[in-house]
This record gives sequence, structure tokens and C-alpha cells, in this order.
Amino acid sequence: MSTPFYVSPQQAMADRAEYARKGIARGRSLVVLQYADGIVFVGENPSRALHKFSEIYDRIGFAAAGKYNEYENLRIGGVRYADLRGYTYDRGDVTARGLANVYAQTLGTIFSSAGEKPYEVELVVAEVGETPEGDQIYRLPHDGSIVDEHGSVAVGGNAELISSYLDQRHQDGMTLSEALKLAVQALSRESNGSQREIPAERLEVAVLDRTRPQKRKFKRITGGQLSRLLAEGTTTQTESESAEGPEEE
Amino acid sequence: MDFLSEHQPELLPGNRQLPPTQGVVEAPHGTTIVAVSFPGGVVLAGDRRATMGNIIAQRDIEKVFPADEYSAVGIAGTAGLAVEMVKLFQLELEHFEKVEGVQLSLEGKANRLSTMIRSNLGMAMQGLAVVPLFAGYDLDRAKGRIFSYDVTGGRSEEHGYAATGSGSIFARGAMKKLFRDDLTEDEATTLVVQALYDAADDDSATGGPDVARRIYPIVTVITEDGYRRLTEDESSRIARSVLERRLEQPDGPRAALL
Repeated sequence: MSTPFYVSPQQAMADRAEYARKGIARGRSLVVLQYADGIVFVGENPSRALHKFSEIYDRIGFAAAGKYNEYENLRIGGVRYADLRGYTYDRGDVTARGLANVYAQTLGTIFSSAGEKPYEVELVVAEVGETPEGDQIYRLPHDGSIVDEHGSVAVGGNAELISSYLDQRHQDGMTLSEALKLAVQALSRESNGSQREIPAERLEVAVLDRTRPQKRKFKRITGGQLSRLLAEGTTTQTESESAEGPEEE
Repeated sequence: MDFLSEHQPELLPGNRQLPPTQGVVEAPHGTTIVAVSFPGGVVLAGDRRATMGNIIAQRDIEKVFPADEYSAVGIAGTAGLAVEMVKLFQLELEHFEKVEGVQLSLEGKANRLSTMIRSNLGMAMQGLAVVPLFAGYDLDRAKGRIFSYDVTGGRSEEHGYAATGSGSIFARGAMKKLFRDDLTEDEATTLVVQALYDAADDDSATGGPDVARRIYPIVTVITEDGYRRLTEDESSRIARSVLERRLEQPDGPRAALL
């Protein structure tokens, strides 16, 4: 019987992290931004059927970059966790923090278990509050750590480039159309410094809108509404002062 | 629900063992629910009384709930069990929608409710029956539809109008005489209040509009735009106008003889 090679734990973990990072980097990136009335999710997604963003519960949304089958699995797990919590206790007892903890546990266990390959996913769990101060955004990298984010966050391929671009330009209290426009600008930056055009049909956009009268705040923005919001962004650059007031819908 | 039954079966209503009891278990019962369809949708309404034997257990109980964006369920029977059943039903519809990314068809929702009622059969045999009325807007067929149930989970689609609960015989009689195919939304909401008034008139377990306490029937409308519950102002206005006419004509509007 041959003796297996000795691999130091540091090396093993570094290899697994490298593997997961490469897998995530292959996917398109996505961004999550706070705006005045909530949180907006923007990503490039040519598919109409396979979503990157989805609703978990009343105020909680989910975004994922990486391998579809792996994050879909986590998404369904999250929906089950949230629905079970809400049914057993109360709808108000389902929080993004609790959900992020469950995800961190799951990802961490899979990452460090020798029998399984690490998940090639990076998640964002966001909860919209009654006020912008109450908004919570958590980023969950492949290894099961949790990063509490504010303002803007990017995950996926070009995440570092995009998030530094967003950090410089994102402000509190942006309107939906301003935030959307900024997100698209950030996403269209390439690592070699050039820009490319992302048509509206290839964008997947969803919001957690705190002004929605329903309990469930998650809403997808598609078609005419999306192109209207994007067009509005171009006109408001010249007249940004007068752009205040109701601009959505 | 499958997930629940695997992981925490004690949370499901059907999985409880009942100790053998003698006589009828006393628990609050909800009474009358009525539904009427009109060309643009469907109206579902319920009175506000819950009774326990000959006692009025609650004057302002709410028995009509939204099941999801395009459907609602009204419950008659044991209030505690019924409310729990509705909660689980709402959860299931929402869960399905989130996991699959699309809503269940109206037919699918009605079938699901049927299974849930059947799982309560053991309780029903001991006098703790739950008999809901389910109404919704069918987006595929672009019309409002009503489904009624019996205690064993038997489901039947009703055309035009339907009622369930102890006052349902009187309410159905009233609706039979007042219903027309071409009702407007306003007429349909008035019709259900008339029917509930007639039910309260002849059935002691059904509550009429309580002007002194400002407790009026719950009236909900489901159309293409989704579920909407009439505000306190709207339902009180309808109830008051019905009441006012009844001061002159206690038996309500008269239908033509021939």
C-alpha cells in the first residue's frame, strides 16, 4: 500500500481557496447598492430563466455569483429556513443576520470538509429596513466568513475593480435611477481599463423597495420600466437638482 | 409541506393524536362566508361573529384572509384550527412561488387546500370541522372563480355565488334572488352584505353589522389587480346603506315575482 503524500493543512486550504476563487471569477460579476428607498441588485445575466437574484423573505433578498447549481441549492435552503422560521415564530423574527449565519455555517463546513469540493459561490444577503440606517448587507465569500458591508458591494469576476470604482462614487440617498446607472457603469468596466456596452436586455435588476405597501418588498425590474429608469439617468446628469421627487414606476 | 412533514411533523395540523373525548369539544366556531363572482373578478366576504355553543365567543373575529396576491380564503368552522390551516396554506403558496419562481395555478391552489381539509378529517369527526370557501382570480382564464369544500375535502367549483357556514342556507337564498350575471364591483359588494344581513337575520350564530361598536363585515375584492380588502370606511358605508334601506323594508330588496 502506498503512503499518501503529506500535504500541510495551510497548503491544502490555500489550494481549496484558489480553486473556489477561480470558479467564482469565471462568472459575471454583480453589484448590490443602497439607494434612498431601498437596495438595488444589478447584474449581467443573459438568461431569463436562471436568476442571480431572488426573494428569500419579506424584506430579505439574495444575490449570488459563481456556479448556478450550487447557489440555487443554497437559495432553496435559505427560503426553507426563512419560511420555517416565520411559520414557527413570526414573520418579524426572520432576519438577514440569522440567515447569513446559517449560510456561513454551511459554506464553512463544506469548505473545510476534506470529502467535498468547496462551493464556487459568493453570496450577498441583504435586508431592507424601515430607514436607510436599518438596511443590512452581508457578503459571504466561499470560505464561510461574513463581511458586513455598507453602501455598495460587488461580487464575482471583477469584484475588486468594480467595488473600488463603486466606493469612490457611491453616495447615500441616491435615487433608484442614479444608483442603477452607476451600477451599470461599474459593471461595464473591464480589467484592462476599457469599457464595454451592456444592453438593457442583458441586465437582471431587482429591488428591495421599502416604500412598497405589501409585506413582500422584493420586486424585479424588467422591460419598459428598466429602460425608462436607465434613460432617466442620462437626462438627470444635466438637471440633477430637479430630478428629486417621485421618479420610479 | 413535504419539507415540514419530514423535519418538524409536529407543526402540521394533520399529525396530531387526539385523546378520546366524550361529547362535543367546546371551541369557538366561525360562521358565515359568502362569495359572488362578477365579470371583472370575485368578491369574498364574511361576518364577524364566533360562537361557542350558545355563547358569542368573539364579536370582531376576522375570517377572510388573503391566500396570496390573487386569491383569498374565508373560513367557517373551528376558528383555531381554521386560522392555522390558512397560515399553512399561505405559507405553502408563498414557498412554492419563491422556490419555483412562478405562482401555482388557481386550480393547483384549490387542490392543495382540498388535501389540507382532508388531513383534518379526524378532527372533523370529533366536531372540530373546518370548511373554507376559496375564491381567486384566474389569470389564465381572466375571470374570478369560486371553490367550495365539504368536511372530507371534496371540492367543487361554484358558478356565480356560494356560501359556507351555519348561516349559509339563508345567505344562499338571498343571493339566489339577487344575483345577476352583469353585476358591477360595487353591486357585488353590496350583494354580499345583503346576503350576510339575511344570514344574520335568521341564524343566531351569524353576526349582523354592529353599528354601535362599528364592527362591519369584512369584504374583499379580487380582480386582475390582485387582492384588496375594503377599508373600514368603505365597508361601513355599504353596511349603513343596506341598514338604512332595511329600516323601511326589513326583509330587504324584493325580487320580481315572475
